[in-house]
Amino acid sequence: MSTLQLEIVTPDRTVVSTETDMAVCPGVMGEFGVLPHHVSLLSALKIGPLRYSDNGRDQYVFISGGFADVNANVLTVLAESAERAEDIDVARAEAAKRRAEERLSQRAEDLDVKRAEAALQRAVTRLELARR
Amino acid sequence: MPSLKDVKMKIVGVGKTKQITRAMNMVASAKLRGAQARIERFRPYAAKYRHVLAELAGKAEDDAHPLLAEHQEKARCAIIVVTSDRGLCGGFNANIINTALKLAAEKRSEGMEVQFACVGRKGRDAIRSAGQEITLAYGDRMSSVDFALASSVAQEMIHGYETLALDEVWMVYGEFVSMGHQPPRSLRLLPLTTPEAEQTEESPAGAGSDYLYEPREDLLLAELLPSYVKVQVYRGLLDTAASEHAARMAAMDNATRNCNELINTLTLLYNKTRQASITSELIDIVGGAEALNG
Repeated sequence: MSTLQLEIVTPDRTVVSTETDMAVCPGVMGEFGVLPHHVSLLSALKIGPLRYSDNGRDQYVFISGGFADVNANVLTVLAESAERAEDIDVARAEAAKRRAEERLSQRAEDLDVKRAEAALQRAVTRLELARR
Repeated sequence: MPSLKDVKMKIVGVGKTKQITRAMNMVASAKLRGAQARIERFRPYAAKYRHVLAELAGKAEDDAHPLLAEHQEKARCAIIVVTSDRGLCGGFNANIINTALKLAAEKRSEGMEVQFACVGRKGRDAIRSAGQEITLAYGDRMSSVDFALASSVAQEMIHGYETLALDEVWMVYGEFVSMGHQPPRSLRLLPLTTPEAEQTEESPAGAGSDYLYEPREDLLLAELLPSYVKVQVYRGLLDTAASEHAARMAAMDNATRNCNELINTLTLLYNKTRQASITSELIDIVGGAEALNG
């Protein structure tokens, strides 16, 4: 069976580098699956889980948005941060969630709503993934 | 002639200095390894990013995005100065600061107002004492550079550029070329110049024409470009951190060598002084004995 090379890289490290037979990415226009020999594609990703199969078992990776590039049977995901589901720091995500909620509920003058909402969404997604 | 005790004390003192410089050399080399590993880990991301962006930008117009477009009127320029937080690394920081000030003078002669953003305490202090305007300063962050720091610096600059408060943004940092060479380098961040598509065997020019883009090219470019600024700033931070440690290693190595030289000279002086005092004592004794016999 043919496979596809999956690389998930962040500025700090390479999170995943493996062969898989399918990956599902959280694209900005909706989720999309990538199978081996997919046509060349460049897509923006939103905050969400990326799923790939590792010998039949589903693995989940948290992606904080970024880009997916498919070329020559290699899927490269560029994300500012990414963690495998089992590496997610639940306590930190919960703290981040509380902080973001607080900021959003206080509605201070200089609040960057977009940024606070993104932070909240990252935290919620991380928690969902960690509890799966 | 200095007294025997003075010379002895001096030798002990220099010996202690030598211990410190040697320890600093070893600490710097350990930190350098860490910093180099960070650069290594960042490399795949940066390389891929360049590749993707080059692929996309090759198809876009030059002014397809506000970050690519040159402003008609150039009135204000920001310079990001990346230095270390600590000194004792030879001329490393001074070189960066001089390059930044020279760049500022150049920009002023073109009729622009210049403001500084400083990452690293040494740069901030020097720029401030040179009486320059500092709009942003991050101190004590060089020992723990992370992408979030690069991101917030870049975000400020992008915001300034997009609201037309800034017309040009430069970054001056210490490029890490090798262990023995860390030249200051200035790089124009904004308006952005997109990387040239590299023609490699796996991706010959034009191979991207059958790419699918999601969403549309211009929207995708709008997402990619701001992050590219962050990538470049992060690279500047990582390079400076590594360069700082390499520069300190060299400086401390030099200092240790100088200590050795000094100790040798002082030991020689010590022995000479000791012999001289023995000789004069002997002369005294012999002279005294002669007087008694006589």
